[in-house]
Amino acid sequence: MSKNILEIKDIDKVYKNDFEALKKVSLSIHDGEIFALLGPNGAGKTTLIGIICGLVNASSGTVTVDGHDHIIQYRKARSVIGLVPQELYLDPFLTVTQTLTIARGLYGKQHSNALLKKTLEDLSLWDKKDNKVQELSGGMKRRVLIGKALMNEPKILFLDEPTAGVDVELRHSMWELVATLKSRGTTIILTTHYIEEAQDMADRIGIIQDGEIKIVEEKSVLMSKLGSKKLIIGLEHACDTIPPSITSDKLVLSDNGRTLTYTYKTGGKTGITELLSKLKAANISVHDISTQETSLEEIFVDLTHDNSTQK
Amino acid sequence: MNLIGLTTIYKKEMARTFRVPGQTLISPVLTTALYFIVFGSAVGRAIPELSGVSYELYIVPGLIMMALLTNALSAASSGIYFPKFIGTKYEFLSAPLSHFEIIAGHTLAAASRALIIGAIIYCVSIFFTRDATVAHPILAIVFSVLTAISFSLFGLIIGIWADSFEKLALFPTLIITPLSFLGGIFYSIDMLPSFWQKISLINPIVYMISGLRWSFFGISDVDPIVSFTMIALFTFACGMLIAWIFRTGYRIKS
Ligand SMILES: Nc1ncnc2c1ncn2[C@@H]1O[C@H](COP(=O)(O)OP(=O)(O)OP(=O)(O)O)[C@@H](O)[C@H]1O
Ligand SMILES: [Mg+2]
Repeated sequence: MSKNILEIKDIDKVYKNDFEALKKVSLSIHDGEIFALLGPNGAGKTTLIGIICGLVNASSGTVTVDGHDHIIQYRKARSVIGLVPQELYLDPFLTVTQTLTIARGLYGKQHSNALLKKTLEDLSLWDKKDNKVQELSGGMKRRVLIGKALMNEPKILFLDEPTAGVDVELRHSMWELVATLKSRGTTIILTTHYIEEAQDMADRIGIIQDGEIKIVEEKSVLMSKLGSKKLIIGLEHACDTIPPSITSDKLVLSDNGRTLTYTYKTGGKTGITELLSKLKAANISVHDISTQETSLEEIFVDLTHDNSTQK
Repeated sequence: MNLIGLTTIYKKEMARTFRVPGQTLISPVLTTALYFIVFGSAVGRAIPELSGVSYELYIVPGLIMMALLTNALSAASSGIYFPKFIGTKYEFLSAPLSHFEIIAGHTLAAASRALIIGAIIYCVSIFFTRDATVAHPILAIVFSVLTAISFSLFGLIIGIWADSFEKLALFPTLIITPLSFLGGIFYSIDMLPSFWQKISLINPIVYMISGLRWSFFGISDVDPIVSFTMIALFTFACGMLIAWIFRTGYRIKS
C-alpha cells in the first residue's frame, strides 16, 4: 500500500565543518501531489534535496524513491527523478538544444526530437533553441534548467526555488506549467521563499527550520489549525487610547485611532461578542466590521519567530 | 550499464576539444614541432648517434610521450574541474550513472584527445626525420594507449583535488614538465651518474618513454617488460584512487 512515492527516514547530515544541517528528518511525499517545503535561508532545504538526488552524502538515514533505495538501487531511483537546482548551473558555451540533449543522454534515454521540441515550446524557449546559454537572460536560464530536468520525463520533480529571479509574468506561466505537470501525474516538490507560491499551488506544506521539520500538513488544515483571523473594526470617532476595560494584547489601535484590530483563533471561543458588548459599554460606536484570514506568510513568521524566541 | 550516458559524456568532452582546436590540438603540435626544429634538426646534428639511432630520431618517442601525457592530464583535469567549478557536476552526479561510467566517459575522451595529438605529432616527426619506421607498431600502440589512459585517470584525480585554477595548473607545470624532461626525452638515463639513474627509476614517465622508444627502435633504458609492468601498475594505482574518490565523494560530493 505504498501511496508514498518518496520516503525520507531519519536523515541526518553533518557537514565536514561539523555543522549539523539536518536533524533526523523524516518526510513522506504522496504520489502525484505538490509538496512545498518552506523554510528560511539555511534551513536545510537544498541539503535535503541534494541527499535525495545523490549530490550530498547523508550522515545517516534512508531515502526510498518510488520503492527503490536511493543508494543501493540508485539507477532505478534516479531514473524517475528530475532535479532543478537552486543555482543556475549551466555550461555557458553550449546551446540550449545541446544542453537539453546532453541532459537526456545522461539519464540514459534515447534522444527524442519530439520531446525536445515539446519541452522547448512548453518553456517558451523554442526561438532560443540555437542560442548559447551565455546569450540568455537569467529567467531564460532558469527555464533551461527546468527543461533539463523535464528531459528525463520524471515522475518526481524537484524545484529548488524555481521562481527566484523570474518576473511576475513568467512566474505565473511557471505555475501553469507546474499545474500541467501535476495533471499528468508528476509529483512535484518545491522549495520557495514566496509563501504565496506555496499557498497557491501546494497540496501539502512542510515547514523546515534549523534542519528540523516543524510541521507537515495539508495546506487547508495548516491554514485553519495555525491560522488566526483578524476582526477589523472601524470606529465612528477616533480614540486616543484603547479604554482600560477592553485592553488586551490581542487588540491593536491603528489608523490614527480609527481602526481597532482584534486577532483571534478560529474554532472555539472567539471572544468577539464579549468585545463588542464591552465596546458598547465603553460608548464606542462602531461603523464597520470586517474579518481577514491570516496568510501563510503570517503563520510562517509566527511559527519561526516563536521557535527562535523559545531558545 | 548506462551506455547512452557514458557516450554522452564522451561526446560532450570530445566536442569541447574540437570547440577550441587552436588551443587543444594546434598548440601542442606547434610546441612539439619547435622541439624537433631546435633539438632535432639544429642541435641534434652536433650530437652523435645514441645506441645506433640518430639523435633526431632518438627524441621522437619521448616527444610523443610527453605530448600524450601532458594532454591527457590537462584534458581530463579540466574536463572534471570545469563542471565542479560551474556547478554542472550535478548533471552526472544525479543521473543514473555508475562511478565507473562517469570515470570511463571522461577518461576515454581525454585519452582520445591525447592519442589524436600523439598521432599528429608522429606525422609531424616523419616530416622532419623522413623516417616512419616503427619496429613494433602494436607495442607502440599498447604503450601509447595505456599511458594516455593512466594520465587521464591521473588528470581526473588532479581535477577533483584542485579547488582553484592555480592548483589545476600546478601539477602540469611544477611536476609533469620536470618529470618528463628528467624522464629521458632528450637523453638516455644511462648517461646519468649512477645515483641519478637510481633516482630516475622512481619516475613513472621514464618507463613510458622507454617503453615507446623500445617499440620504435628496439633499444631502451629499461626492459620493455619492466616498462609495461610499471605503466600497468601506475594505471592501476590511479584507477584505484579515482574509484576511492568517487566512492567517498571526496571533494566532489559534500
Ligand atoms: N558544503 C557545505 N559545507 C558546510 N555547510 C554547508 C554546506 N552546504 C550547506 N551548508 C550549511 O547547511 C545549512 C543548510 O543549507 P541549505 O543550502 O540546505 O539551506 P537552504 O534551506 O536551501 O537555504 P536557502 O533558502 O538559502 O537556499 C546552511 O547553514 C549552510 O551554511
Ligand atoms: Mg537552498
